Amino acid sequence: MGEVTKHILKNGMTVLLKEVHSAPLVSWWVLYRIGSRNEQTGTTGISHWVEHMMFKGTDKFPAGALDKAIDRAGGSWNAQTFFDYTAYYETLPVDKYELGLEIEADRMINAQFDPEEVESERTVIISERQGAENSPTFWLGEEMQAAAFRVHGYHHEIIGDMFDLENMTRDDLYGHYQQHYMPNNAIAVAVGAFNSEEMLAKIRALYEGIPAGEQPKLFSRPEPEQNGERRVHVERPGGSAFIDISYKAPPASDPDWFKLSILSSVLCGPSGLGGGGIDNKTSRLYKALVETELAAHVDGGLVPTIDPYLYSISATVRDGRTCEEVEAAIQREIDRVLEGDITEAELARAKKQARALFAYSTEQVTRQAFWLAFSENFGGYQWFENYVQSLEAVTLEDVNEAAHKYLKPQSRIIGCFIPTGEDEFSFEEVDE
Amino acid sequence: MTMVTPSLPNSQNIHRETLANGIVVLVYENFAAQSVVVRGSFRAGGLYETPEKNGLASLTAEALMRGTEKRDFNQIAAALEDIGADAGFGSGNHRNSFGGKSLAEDLDIVLDVLADSMRRPTFPTQQIERLRGEVLTGLQIAMQNTRYRASRAFYETLYPANHPYHYSGRGSIQTVTDLTLDDISEYRRSVYGPAGMIITVAGAVKAGDALEIVRRHFEDWQNSEQPATPALPELPLLDATRRSAVALPGKTQSDVVLGAVGPSRFAPDYLAAMLANSILGQFGMMGRIGASVRERLGLAYYAYSQMDGGLGPTPWYVMAGVNPTNVDLAIDRSIDELRRLGDEKVSQEDLEDNQAYVVGRLPLQLESNEGIASTILSMEIYQLGLDYLIEFPDQINRLTAEDLKAAASRYLTPDRLVIGIAGPALN
Repeated sequence: MGEVTKHILKNGMTVLLKEVHSAPLVSWWVLYRIGSRNEQTGTTGISHWVEHMMFKGTDKFPAGALDKAIDRAGGSWNAQTFFDYTAYYETLPVDKYELGLEIEADRMINAQFDPEEVESERTVIISERQGAENSPTFWLGEEMQAAAFRVHGYHHEIIGDMFDLENMTRDDLYGHYQQHYMPNNAIAVAVGAFNSEEMLAKIRALYEGIPAGEQPKLFSRPEPEQNGERRVHVERPGGSAFIDISYKAPPASDPDWFKLSILSSVLCGPSGLGGGGIDNKTSRLYKALVETELAAHVDGGLVPTIDPYLYSISATVRDGRTCEEVEAAIQREIDRVLEGDITEAELARAKKQARALFAYSTEQVTRQAFWLAFSENFGGYQWFENYVQSLEAVTLEDVNEAAHKYLKPQSRIIGCFIPTGEDEFSFEEVDE
Repeated sequence: MTMVTPSLPNSQNIHRETLANGIVVLVYENFAAQSVVVRGSFRAGGLYETPEKNGLASLTAEALMRGTEKRDFNQIAAALEDIGADAGFGSGNHRNSFGGKSLAEDLDIVLDVLADSMRRPTFPTQQIERLRGEVLTGLQIAMQNTRYRASRAFYETLYPANHPYHYSGRGSIQTVTDLTLDDISEYRRSVYGPAGMIITVAGAVKAGDALEIVRRHFEDWQNSEQPATPALPELPLLDATRRSAVALPGKTQSDVVLGAVGPSRFAPDYLAAMLANSILGQFGMMGRIGASVRERLGLAYYAYSQMDGGLGPTPWYVMAGVNPTNVDLAIDRSIDELRRLGDEKVSQEDLEDNQAYVVGRLPLQLESNEGIASTILSMEIYQLGLDYLIEFPDQINRLTAEDLKAAASRYLTPDRLVIGIAGPALN
């Protein structure tokens, strides 16, 4: 595997290149430093909606033409909107990768935002939100975020609030696009079977002529310190109860993030970086909740974010059990950790698991390119390159210190989804 | 350009061997990654259970790793998780599946755990009761899931009660509650065995080494009682379009599944139907269905079509998630597209686009060890031959618009369909 090289184009666009010749593919990502974290009340969900509009055509590639062009080339493409960014990618056979470069250069400045397409997409996005609302855990998650973040933009769901989705205008969307989509607000990454010099020349030819824009001023309000536990109850029809316990966590760029990550691995099992996870049956909370038949499932983890977010533990409460019983069992395990009883063996296992999961996550060029762009967004692609080493460096003392620093009742939010019993009904009919 | 262009898996680089007890082993060396992936399949599943014991095949598969003669539940979990490995079992109608992933040096452990779980499970009472509780909680959640319920309504209406495809592999709350330990133990003992088993390995391991490990863990397994594959009952032809709807309180979106019985993987027109389906609901932003239901009308967040093409007469269907007020419109538009596909020949451009698509995506499908192992496993299950991927482009490029139209009109009968709906209000 090659080394990552970093280049800054004349217009300020950051470019990362990494040659990987294991498969005849190239993955090309362009990430914009704008996400739901920067959205204001009234236009929540705007980053995600703009992401949808980027698939609605330019003069060069009219709506629908892009999907066909990518599929014809045997490629895949998609986009994702997160708290901290909006990102687009194409992964293509090596002899066709220029198509991806062309598409992203074009739609960085030429997306049309046709008013009719905006209206048609409004119902699609509302439908996307309604689809999520069909899941009980969506309602709990939304309430948890709102309770955790009173001021910071992490308080709303990435999809946005329904009222905003119903009322945002084409001008709002286009304004967001013009304000944030520009080379000097973008991180571009190529990983795959190319020659770096040739690749850089092609990138320069396509992107360097795009003028830099005025560096966007990001709306961002830090969350004040939380001074006491917060609790959330959601009552809706559902199949079972769910509990979520979230603690305020450090940002990904903080060395504490890795300490807490090891702690989470011991408590809830390892979270990988994609590419195949593993089970968590040897984790402490699985033993305390699932083996005792309080819960049917437990998991937990940290999200790597720019600003402090949450360390969350979630469990599916078994029929006949209650959130309170599961909460008490989780608290007992947290108390054990606070007493300092994590062992060297558990630490060593967490590190071995991390090594394996990291290896899995680097097997596909698409995922490698994603993580490079992702980590460059909060301070440096080295975060991903050094991921295993950062975890390897964590000591037992570090883990204990992180436990005391972050697993405080004063800075947690406890949520419970309580299913209400309402009857379903069904019918059948024959169309003659 | 310093470029490596690995050739597709084929008869020259797939190592295939049949063990003395009939197990077919296929190994593909790939030293580009540090991991190794196992994918396997054997004869078991819904076909081998009765309606009263619906869910038995699945519960048995899930129960395998709850304890063996060699390791108890915690030891199995530790054997895998301590090394960052994963392994598991799944159940379908015709076949059970199993698989695992680890760093290459740990392949022996993964295959040991898989073999041990299949051959020497002890089904400890306490563990199985715990598992049953987890499965029941999962079923209660599924019963509130509109996609699951729409799909259930579709299958239960399309396939009669004497057909295994009528049933969910997961069973019902009633049947899973009633299954006994003896049921599980007896099912494993009588149905599981080496005949018909396939094991594929792809990753950073030498073929000879992988074969030796598989041989050591599996070759002395015998089961003279393994049943023959049960015959499937005849499917009655649909005489009208049938709708089955379920209303679930508290939901905001409706899910719709609409379609008919499609070809099996062995049908002569399978590839024609597959390419027709690509045009219908895959290519571009989910094909013609996506263009009509999502893009043009903005009715749905997702709308696509799928043709399963399995070992038997699996369905060919459209799925969409829509606002409850738009259910009828989405259904009407979808049926329009089914009708059009059977009535009109697709354009030369559509044909060529989709031929390029299904052939051109092979490198992406085969990038990971998972992709390689799963593809080789399918080639063996469906008896396609080791050079299938080499021959595939010709087979696809030979298809004509007339072939696609014939396949579509044979299976997708626009006035005789089944529609399953689940959402907040009845439609």
